[in-house]
Order: sequence, then C-alpha cells, then structure tokens
Amino acid sequence: MRRSVSTAGLAAALVLGMGALGAGPKSFEASAQQKPATMEVKIDNFSFGPVELMVPVGTTVTWTNRDDIPHTVVSTDKAFKSKVLDTDEKFSYTFSKAGTFPYFCSIHPKMTGKVIAQ
Amino acid sequence: MSEKIKDEILHDHNHDGIDRRGFLKCMAWAGTGAFCVIQGGVLKSYSLSRLPELGSKEAMGELSFVQISDSHMGFNKAANLDVVGTLKAAVDKVNGLATPPEFMLHTGDISHLSKPEEFDTVDQILRSASAKEVFFVPGEHDVLNDDGKQYLERYGKDAKGTGWYSFDKKGVHFVGLVNVMNLKAGGLGTLGHEQLEWLEDDVKHLKHSTPIVVFAHIPLWSVYPEWGWGTEDSAQALAYLKKFGSVTVLNGHIHQTMQKVEGNVTFHTAASTAFPQPQPGKADSPGPMKVPAEQLKSVLGITDVNYVQGQHALAVVDSSLA
Repeated sequence: MRRSVSTAGLAAALVLGMGALGAGPKSFEASAQQKPATMEVKIDNFSFGPVELMVPVGTTVTWTNRDDIPHTVVSTDKAFKSKVLDTDEKFSYTFSKAGTFPYFCSIHPKMTGKVIAQ
Repeated sequence: MSEKIKDEILHDHNHDGIDRRGFLKCMAWAGTGAFCVIQGGVLKSYSLSRLPELGSKEAMGELSFVQISDSHMGFNKAANLDVVGTLKAAVDKVNGLATPPEFMLHTGDISHLSKPEEFDTVDQILRSASAKEVFFVPGEHDVLNDDGKQYLERYGKDAKGTGWYSFDKKGVHFVGLVNVMNLKAGGLGTLGHEQLEWLEDDVKHLKHSTPIVVFAHIPLWSVYPEWGWGTEDSAQALAYLKKFGSVTVLNGHIHQTMQKVEGNVTFHTAASTAFPQPQPGKADSPGPMKVPAEQLKSVLGITDVNYVQGQHALAVVDSSLA
C-alpha cells in the first residue's frame, strides 16, 4: 500500500515538475491562472482540515493523516477512494472536473469533508 | 499505585445486591471489578470482595465464557507500544479465572490495519488460552481495503452475509452481528436490511424464556453518536428481541467498560486489550488515550460472563489486566 501511495506521489511530482518546466499546453494553462496546483488537507483529531476546500480545476489535493489511528478518504459519489492511511501516510487526487465532491472516512463516517472544484 | 487502586475497589463497595436505581453504581465499578447478576430481569450487583460469600450457584455458573475486544494487533503508538504483551496478559487473566471459560468471544478490531501478520499474531496468542474455541465478529479495522474478504476467509467461513451467525450453548442463544460494513458518510454503525431480516428469522422460533446474548463490535445503543458510538438501525434489531426475558448485548469499539439496562436488555461494552479511549466528549476526539505506563494495565481488561441455568441469570464481570 505504501508503494502505491508513493508512486502516486511520484507521478504528481513529475506532473508538477513538467508544469514548472512549462512543458505541454495543460501546464501552460495552469501557470496562466497563477493558482497553486496543489492543496493540502490535514487529518487531525478525527477531522479533516479545512473541512471545506475550494480549488481551481486541475488542482491536486493531498490528504495527510496526522492521527494515531488510520483513516480513509472516500468520495461519497465514488469519484475517488484512498487505501487506508496509517499515521503520516498521504493520499492525492487531482480534480480534473468542476463540481462539489463530498467525502468521508469510511472507517469513521462521522468524519466528513468537501472539495469544491471550479 | 496499583495497590492503591485495588484497595479502593475492595473498600469502596461493600454493598449487597442493588436494584436498577443502583445500577449507576455498578457502572462506576465496571472495569475495576464489579460482579453484576441479572436475575429475572432485575440486576443485582456485588463487589468482587464479596464473591466468596455468594452461593456457589451464583459464583459457579453452568456456562462461563469470556469476552475480549479491540486487540488492535499492529498498533505501536505512544498509548501502547506493546499490544502483543497486553494481549498475552489478557490471555493469562483468562487462564487464571476460577471458573475456566468454555469459549471466548472476540468483539472485533482484532487487527489494527487488517494485515495478515496481525491476524496471525492474534491467532497464535489466543491458542495459548485455556478456552480453545473463539467466536469473532469484525471491527472496522478488520475489514480495511478489501470489504472484509480476508476476515471472512479467516473467521467467517460458515457465517452469513458479511460475517453474521448464531449458535447455541447450554440453552443460551448467541448471535454475532456485523455493524462495521458499508458505513455511510455522516452515519453510525449499520446492520443493514439483509442482516436484520436474517435476525428476525433467526430468533422467530425460539422460546421467550431462551436467554439471548448478542455480540457486535460497535455498541448497539447510543453511547455517543457525536463520536460515531452507536448503530443506526439497532432499534430494529432490538425490536426483534423484545419478547425475550433475558437479552445481554456485548460490544467493544469504545475501549472502556460501560453498562446500561433497558427493560429486559442489558448492554455492556468491554475494555480493550490494547489501549484506552477517552470517556464520551471528554477529549477532542476518540483517539487513543495515553496514560502513565504504570496505569496502562488498569485501563485494559477482559469480561467474564456466567450463566446459571434455570435462574435466568447472566453475570457480567469486568477485570482489568492490572
């Protein structure tokens, strides 16, 4: 599981790297908007922070579990689903479409959050 | 320190039987060594120090079993760096019981991350228990990443659905339920329609006098919904059990002992063998609670249950690992 997470991280880093180099029309677009291409959500004390996040389409959001207990990040409408994240493990998802994406921890379903991509 | 705690237990409750009003006292003792007997729906409670004075019938049940819970094998954070050691201590406690239990119930969170080696370690440690037979229900930590496939292969070969089943021992009907699957955003534990239908059918033909023991991971009563400590559709399950004179519900998940009586139903949660969690609402989150190392074993434990045939009685006794 760690392997797949780090591979995803590497892929994200490569994409970012390419973006920085200005390779390809997509990254051109992103830099033209001058918005950060990555955003962070921290999991602390059984809650997502920020609980609601607005991002430009194309942004990669990375969740980091900082609790002593494993959590997951699962989109309510099945757009994305992380493996279980142990302490300090991360999950990333790139929001390539506009929309509201409610999500929760499938282990502790009282934990809910929302990403709005526009 | 532990001597001091023991003294408190022994001297604090030299009471005799108490009625339901006195039950709160019993709740307060739970985890520090109370002995609760349900007779004809009326709960009586004795302190452990008075156990020798009780008649042998009460003390020596005809059916004796132990509940252990939340062993979280694989957990290695500050709240307990040695969950192997504390599970072994729990097995030692079981093996030291005056009345050897005939079997054990494990009410879930066997593993911390559903890893095969975590289950293997628990299985290996439990093999050293005097009670060879162990009945399991899954906790949410046992069904991570694969919707419970591995759990079913290991523990639920003969179970229905996602792992529910029933069996009979000496006239007591046991029902193991699964309320950790298909959890919905914002919700609590869930039994689901298929399992509820099965339960209704499972108990339909039983005599009303049959003592029922229901065990599941997440509490089947609303302990603290803000932290997810409850089950959405447990009321429906309990409705099917209303006709029975004696229903005992055993849960885990909240890593602390708690009891409640509602009509003929007694609800009880067991301590964890791994780490304690805070009392409802007493912390920012229900995460693992770190206590001073020398106190850890006093907040972990096992639960011993005795049934005396013909007396309609189930006695639930919590013992800490200290």
